[in-house]
Amino acid sequence: MSEDLTRLTVTEARARLDRREISAVELLQAHLERIRQVEPQIHAFITLTEEIAQAQAEEADRRIARGDAAPLTGIPVALKDVLCTVDAPTTAGSRILEGFRSPYDATVVRKLREQGAVFVGKANTDEFAMGSSTENSAYGPTRNPWDLDRVPGGSSGGSAAAVAAGEAMVSLGSDTGGSIRQPAGFCGVVGIKPTYGRVSRYGLVAFASSLDQIGPFGRTVEDVAIVLQAISGHDPCDSTSVDIPVPDYRASLTGDIRGLRIGVAAEYQVPGMDPEVERVVDEAVAELQRLGAEIVPVSLPHTKYALATYYIIAPSEASANLARYDGVKYGLSLQGETLLESYLQTRGRGFGPEVKRRIMLGTYALSAGYYDAYYVKAQKVRTLIKRDFDEAFEKVDVILAPTSPTVAFRLGERTADPIQMYLSDVFTIPANMAGLPGIAVPCGFAHGLPVSMQFMGRPFDEATLLRVAHAYEQATPWHRAVPPLVEAVTPRTPSSGTE
Amino acid sequence: MRLSREVVDHVAMLARLGLTEEERERMREQLSSILEHVSLIQELDTEAIPPTAQVIALQNVWREDEVRPSLPIEDVLKNAPDAEDNMFKVNAVLEQS
Repeated sequence: MSEDLTRLTVTEARARLDRREISAVELLQAHLERIRQVEPQIHAFITLTEEIAQAQAEEADRRIARGDAAPLTGIPVALKDVLCTVDAPTTAGSRILEGFRSPYDATVVRKLREQGAVFVGKANTDEFAMGSSTENSAYGPTRNPWDLDRVPGGSSGGSAAAVAAGEAMVSLGSDTGGSIRQPAGFCGVVGIKPTYGRVSRYGLVAFASSLDQIGPFGRTVEDVAIVLQAISGHDPCDSTSVDIPVPDYRASLTGDIRGLRIGVAAEYQVPGMDPEVERVVDEAVAELQRLGAEIVPVSLPHTKYALATYYIIAPSEASANLARYDGVKYGLSLQGETLLESYLQTRGRGFGPEVKRRIMLGTYALSAGYYDAYYVKAQKVRTLIKRDFDEAFEKVDVILAPTSPTVAFRLGERTADPIQMYLSDVFTIPANMAGLPGIAVPCGFAHGLPVSMQFMGRPFDEATLLRVAHAYEQATPWHRAVPPLVEAVTPRTPSSGTE
Repeated sequence: MRLSREVVDHVAMLARLGLTEEERERMREQLSSILEHVSLIQELDTEAIPPTAQVIALQNVWREDEVRPSLPIEDVLKNAPDAEDNMFKVNAVLEQS
C-alpha cells in the first residue's frame, strides 16, 4: 500500500469508493493497519470489532457495485461505548456492564448501519460518560495522539483520539457537559454537540437525561456535517427528540460568512485560563473578522454559575438514571444474604470512584431537606443561564468562546482533585444547560498541542455553526495538521510500487 | 461545612451503595468540598424565577395505545444473572410469615 487511505476525508473517500478506485475492504484494511500500529499506545477502544467491520465492508462493496451507496457506505466509524449495539458488548466504561449485550441497537447505530457504515470498534469513555479525561474508564485511560503523556479529554476521549490518529474516519460521542467538544479540542479534531432534541438518544446509556446529546467527530467540518445529517431527526422511541425538518447541512457550507454576527462574551475569560490559549483564540477572532464576520460584544452574566449548577443537576439526574444497575436484569451481580445486601455489594463493587461520587452528590441534592436548596435552586439558575443566551441571540447569530481554558493536561494531573477536573468543562457546560448546539473546531497550537474554539448557536441552528466553522477551517491550515505519532507510521507519499 | 459521617452513611444507604470505610471518609472530604463549590449559586436571588427542568418546548407526547411487537424475551433475558420461566429471579423481598 503506497498511499495512506486513513488521511482521506469522508467526501474524498466517498468519491473514490463510488468510482471504484478503492474498495471499502481496502479502506477498512488501512484503518485496521493503523489500529495495529498505534492502538497499543493510544488505547482508543474498549472493544475492537474487526470481524463485524470486515463483513460490513464486504457488504458495502456489494452495495457500491449496485450503485446504491449512501453517504456513509463503507466509511470506517468508531462508536462511543455508551451506544448500544446488538453485535458487540456495550460497557459504558464500567465494570458493572462488563459483558453486557444489548438486545437492541441505539437509533443512531441503526441509522449508520442502514447507510452501510463500517464499525471498527467501541470507543473508550469515562465510566458512564462521567469525566473530562477518559481516566475514569474502568478499562484503562486513552492517551492523546499528540502527546502520549497527556489525556485526550473526555468523556468521549476514545472517539476523539481514534479520529485524530486515523483509527476511524469519523466517530460518534455523547456530550452532557462538554464530552464531545472538550476532547475534540484536546485532540485537534472537529466535534459537534447538536441541539437537545435534534438526535435521538434511544439506546444511549443515560447519564443526565435533560442534558445528554449524541454527536459526531471528524477531521473536517464537512465530515461532521455528513454524519450529523445521517443521525438527526425525530424518533418515536425518544419522546424528547423533536419533530422538525432536518436541513441539508452540507448546503450550508458556503464558505461565506460576510455579515455574520459573532458574539464574544467577556465572561468567558476566567482565572486559570492559559494566556497562550487566549492568544490563539484572539487570532482566530481576527481571522473571522478578515473573513467578513462582525464581532459583537455580548454579555452572559450568569456564566460563572453554570459549573455549580451543572454539578447539582447532572449528578441528581445521574443518581436516578443509575438506579437501574441493580444486579437483577443485567450486568454485574453479587449475591448477598438479602436483596438489600445484593444491591449494596453489586453497586459498591461495580461502580468506580467518580460514578460513586456523583451518585452520592445527586442523592444528597435530591434528598429530603436539601431538595429545594440544591436541586430546585439549580433549576432556577438554569433558567437565568438560558435567558442570558436568549437575550444574546437577539443581537448575534453565534457566540464564540474557547472550547477549554487550557490545552490537554497530563495524565494524573487532575485525578486527585475533582473540582480541578470539573473546571476543564467550564466553557462547554453552558450550552448543555441551555440545550444549545455547540461545535468545537481546531484554531491553532499552544505548547505544541491543539487549541480549539467553540461556536454556540440558536436552538436547531446547527447549519449556521457548521457554516462558520467550515469557513474558518477552509481559511486556515489547522485541520491538515497530523499528530507526530501518526506521521511516524505513515507511509511516504507518493511512493512507487510495493510496500 | 464538613458533612457528618451520619449524613454520608444515610445518603449511601439511600443510593444503595456499599462503601468501604476508606471510601466513606474520602466521600466526606470530597463531597464537602464539592458542595462548598456549588453553594456559589446560593448568592443569587431566584425568588421570582421559575425552575427549568428541560429546555425544549415539548409538552407531553402521546401515541395510540396499540399492541406492537416487543423485544424477544430470550434476547432480554440473555443478560440476566438469574432467570426462571421468562422472569428475572431475585432474593425474597418480603419475609415469609
